Amino acid sequence: MDKSNEEWTLIVKPKSNWLDLHLKDLWHYRDLVMLFVKRDFVSAYKQTILGPLWYIIQPILTAIMYSVIFGTIANIATPLPKFLFYLSSITMWNYFSESLNKTSNTFISNAQIFGKVYFPRLTVPLSIIISNLITFSIQLFVFIVVLIYYHFNKDASIAPNNHLFLLPVLILIMAGTGLGVGIIISSLTTKYRDLRFLIAFGVQLLMFATPVIYPLSSVTGLKRAVILANPLSSVIETFRYAFTGVGGCHWHYLAYSFGFMVVVLVIGILLFNKVEKSFMDTV
Amino acid sequence: MKTVIKVENISKEYRLGEVGTGTISRDINGWWAKVRGKENPNLKINLANTGKPQASHHQALSNVSFDVNEGDVLGIIGKNGAGKSTILKILSRVTTPTEGLFKVKGRIASLLEVGTGFHPELTGRENIYLNGAILGMRKNEITSKFDEIVDFSGVEKFIDTPVKRYSSGMYVRLAFAVAAHLEPEILVVDEVLAVGDIAFQNKCMGKMSEVSKNGRTILFVSHNMQAMSHLCTRGILLQNGLVTYDGTIQESIKKYLSSSIDTTGPTYDLSETRDRKGTGILRFTKLEIYSNNELCNNFIIGEEMELRLTVKATQAMRNLSIAIHIYRFDEIKLANIENIDSDFRIDSIEGEAVYSIKFKNLNFYPESYKLGFWIASTDSQETHDHLTVCAEFNMMEGAPQVKRKLLKSGGSVYLTPDWKKIK
Repeated sequence: MDKSNEEWTLIVKPKSNWLDLHLKDLWHYRDLVMLFVKRDFVSAYKQTILGPLWYIIQPILTAIMYSVIFGTIANIATPLPKFLFYLSSITMWNYFSESLNKTSNTFISNAQIFGKVYFPRLTVPLSIIISNLITFSIQLFVFIVVLIYYHFNKDASIAPNNHLFLLPVLILIMAGTGLGVGIIISSLTTKYRDLRFLIAFGVQLLMFATPVIYPLSSVTGLKRAVILANPLSSVIETFRYAFTGVGGCHWHYLAYSFGFMVVVLVIGILLFNKVEKSFMDTV
Repeated sequence: MKTVIKVENISKEYRLGEVGTGTISRDINGWWAKVRGKENPNLKINLANTGKPQASHHQALSNVSFDVNEGDVLGIIGKNGAGKSTILKILSRVTTPTEGLFKVKGRIASLLEVGTGFHPELTGRENIYLNGAILGMRKNEITSKFDEIVDFSGVEKFIDTPVKRYSSGMYVRLAFAVAAHLEPEILVVDEVLAVGDIAFQNKCMGKMSEVSKNGRTILFVSHNMQAMSHLCTRGILLQNGLVTYDGTIQESIKKYLSSSIDTTGPTYDLSETRDRKGTGILRFTKLEIYSNNELCNNFIIGEEMELRLTVKATQAMRNLSIAIHIYRFDEIKLANIENIDSDFRIDSIEGEAVYSIKFKNLNFYPESYKLGFWIASTDSQETHDHLTVCAEFNMMEGAPQVKRKLLKSGGSVYLTPDWKKIK
């Protein structure tokens, strides 16, 4: 390389290195990430009467619905009070599914802005993960309140244990997997719009392959193996175990989930980075 | 002079029609065929994926190279589809070039649209922050300029109202105000000044020239030639994806405007013209129009026009008068110019004579004008040749000394008398 090349702050070529991630750029735009988070929050419940209360109402309504449909009508046995069981699953699962659903639309729903101005595109999915994390925190709080209520008033056998220290790891796995899969799909949807229709269906299917509406202990044999192959299963199980003492925590499965998250996230970031440069021509 | 942008052989190709095959199944189908060593059933479509130029491709830019120096205000001129927006998109990093590369020194901010990322539900205040951050400003930068931005936009009263309640003018003003307070080393601006009312447009123009005077480098695309000629110091003319001229803004504008004018000239063979009167003893045979010693019949105000007029005499004649008539586009006569007006005498013509008539400081409004010629004996007033409308020349926009838009309906002659307040 000759000397004059060194002073350029930016060189843009048609084909760039897979590892040329511009992560420094992303750091410069950190304020934008937070502003996107704020935008999503402020705009989500404008002109609603209940406003942010919806963050609380949503999981509670879903848990009631699941209790009725899966617990009472389908009669799936749960080791915890039904409502509590479903609320615990939904709280964790929603974080993943919401993150995945929204990040997988990154390119298509932002094509208008992306076509007019450059900023690191990764800011958008990152902001989605963060704003969902806030939603998750609120819902986690609701879950804890319900948990305490059950503990003191319903005499349910609830035994929170030191696995609670794993909570940040569980959240990290959910966030990383949601982000990773989401940006892989959003990168592919620039070319294959089919995936948009598949994703809603896929997330639902995945939920049934995760111990969300049933405890892992109720499944045996081959089915159990399939469910454990799903990296999200151990996260849900561990989450429930940490708060209630029901279920179990298997370190090797959790390690598998963590490893899966790292791989998916790396592939996602590389692919996303490759696509973001020229997606305007194909979207 | 420091070069801050170096564009090297940039080409951009777009596929026409359907992009890719669109569905996974067909791509897998093609891939499977390749694995088995068979012919791809989608070959015709997939050829378009190899990146080689095909009939189904559109070359938006081909081999574009130019340098931009620090402090340059570069105007990029061209017709619709010439590739102006594509080059701006590439420099803004919205898309990548197909071939070639560019290098930049310093922070580059682009303004291809005002109000990118404005969210209708958010208030003006919130949108200033959001939009500023999208354009690359840090939060504290925006905070420090917040009052200035609000002041410039003139929407102080509504700053805490959601922008969806704004009128379109207010919306655009707020959006431009944010953009105007960006302070990157290099600013890329697409046709965004044509927003708002005249007063606001002038304010924008003022802001732009203020920015350029601060030594900032600006790349600017507009169809407003008057604005371009005021702001820019340099021009690049793009035609069908090629840089056809790189030089001063005036010359670029002129080349651009003349390329879009469909007129005759600048040389006219007058010997064959049928529509003429007179004895025919003397005849105008040829007219050439020169601008700066080059054959050209397109001018801007202030330039010099030279007519080279050839007269052929079938027999020697003495004491002659030549008149030049200038008509407006609608053939209303604007001027009748005789040689005697300039104290120039034509004593005799024998065989062939060529006269050079120079108009210094041409001062007609932008429009096309027509020429007519007349020659007669001074004594007898006998007309030898009279051509009414036989040639034309064009006045174009973009004269640097003109400070306002000259409308065709506003007049024909541009005069600049001396003004003085005496009481």
